[in-house]
Amino acid sequence: MAYSDKLIDHYENPRNVGSFDADDGNVGTGMIGAPACGDVMRLQIKVDAEGRIEEARFKTYGCGSAIASSSLVTEWVKGKTLSEALEIKNSAIAEELALPPVKIHCSVLAEGAIRAAVDNYLAKQKSAEESSQAGKSAA
Amino acid sequence: MRVYVMQNSPAANARSPIYLDYSATTPVDPRVAEKMISYLTEHFGNPASRSHEYGWKAEQAVEEAREQVAALVQADSKEIIWTSGATESNNLAIKGAAHFHRAKGRHLITVKTEHKSVLDTMRELEREEFEVTYLNPDPDGLIDPDMFAAALRPDTVLASAMLVNNEIGVIQDIAALGAMCRANGTLLHVDAAQATGKCVIDLEKTPVDLMSFSAHKTYGPKGIGALYVRRKPRVRIEAQIHGGGHESGMRSGTLPTHQIVGMGEAFRIAREEMTLENARIKRLRNRLLDGVRDLEEVYINGSMEQRVAHNLNLSFNYIEGESLMMAMKDLAVSSGSACTSASLEPSYVLRALGRPDQLAHSSIRFTLGRYTTEQDIDYAVALIREKIQKLRDLSPLWDMYKAGIDLDSVQWAAH
Repeated sequence: MAYSDKLIDHYENPRNVGSFDADDGNVGTGMIGAPACGDVMRLQIKVDAEGRIEEARFKTYGCGSAIASSSLVTEWVKGKTLSEALEIKNSAIAEELALPPVKIHCSVLAEGAIRAAVDNYLAKQKSAEESSQAGKSAA
Repeated sequence: MRVYVMQNSPAANARSPIYLDYSATTPVDPRVAEKMISYLTEHFGNPASRSHEYGWKAEQAVEEAREQVAALVQADSKEIIWTSGATESNNLAIKGAAHFHRAKGRHLITVKTEHKSVLDTMRELEREEFEVTYLNPDPDGLIDPDMFAAALRPDTVLASAMLVNNEIGVIQDIAALGAMCRANGTLLHVDAAQATGKCVIDLEKTPVDLMSFSAHKTYGPKGIGALYVRRKPRVRIEAQIHGGGHESGMRSGTLPTHQIVGMGEAFRIAREEMTLENARIKRLRNRLLDGVRDLEEVYINGSMEQRVAHNLNLSFNYIEGESLMMAMKDLAVSSGSACTSASLEPSYVLRALGRPDQLAHSSIRFTLGRYTTEQDIDYAVALIREKIQKLRDLSPLWDMYKAGIDLDSVQWAAH
């Protein structure tokens, strides 16, 4: 399959590969896909005190387009607020990387990974709040 | 004599990837190409023209090629019918035999790991109210003879099994299947497209009724193949293409002399050189396997004992096949990964072996051939090792495996 130069660049030199400590309260982890389907993306975001994504990391099992889509997304979410990050649409990812039609699902997966990471972060914040309130009322 | 220069190895050109996809197709041997040329320009006659020398010359060349093809498989040249390739041969054999014998019975047997040109032909016959049994092979890709015997019925008119599988290279025991078919009054068709020049075929001794051949898997040109139709005892099939009554009425159409000459020459070379060539290729294949077998989580697909020398099919767990092929773009290989197929389904052959989808997605087929060198293999081994490491460093599944997490226990958010 003929891929765009941008896609190949992200595939060959993937940005922000790695992991954060998933137990860190400021980290949101999203994992999406399934090994049987041939792609699994894990996207992690680190959120600062102002609610902005200061850094992102990924690891992806999947085809070249899946790896490139997740690499691109780590660059795009950086510096964005959570709601801004959620506005990233799969069509923009597909357009940026010129994904062939059969690879559009890779961009859908990347969009899903952002949502999953944000949801995970928000859930953590909520439970931290609840436990601190529970602590207060007990005191 | 025309001087015909051709680079010996497709990998000789530094910019071209190393070709390890010989089961997809082979380059035409320069000796074959050389022989074909004069039948395009000088001896261009129609072999069916009986009235002049142009026709006689072409006919003579066609008959010589028929002898050469027959000689490779210990058949009589009268038993060889020219076709456009193994896909047509498979269609002609299966539909032709099923249609001819439909009054006798409407049951057919095949195997889930067959080539699509067999499976899709069977599906078509199901639409014509034939009943087809699709056998599951063993996990090593071989047919269990007891299962085959149990599938045979009084109304089974034809069974079809391939000699060498295109994806995993395993060799079926067709002599055993043939004996069972004979005893049951069932015809046996064998797709031997991947077998010629790779394993010994003796149709004098082996009870096979119909056998399909292709030229371009054995260093001949694309677009030409043959069907063996046994004469003793005589096997009857119904023609699928009607026209001038060529090929004893079994396959009409003007014979492509140059293609036929090419196939004959390719099969002559195969017969003369296969013993030495296969020994050399087996050493290289084993060198490739030895170069990667110490890597963690690498699985061989298909039997290593009953397998042609040319094929190595490996699954590199926790890495997706297409991304591995992209990483190894200096190698021309193929994968059973869904991402490389239009259907987005992983290899049906590996699935039929009972391989988990994850391993099917992670599979790479390496097929070696006449022009593969030791340097090619050493380069490939180094590249594979480097890229496996790189992609596993990128893989969340590899992380989880290393952390001792059982991936089957994970609740996946499938999309």
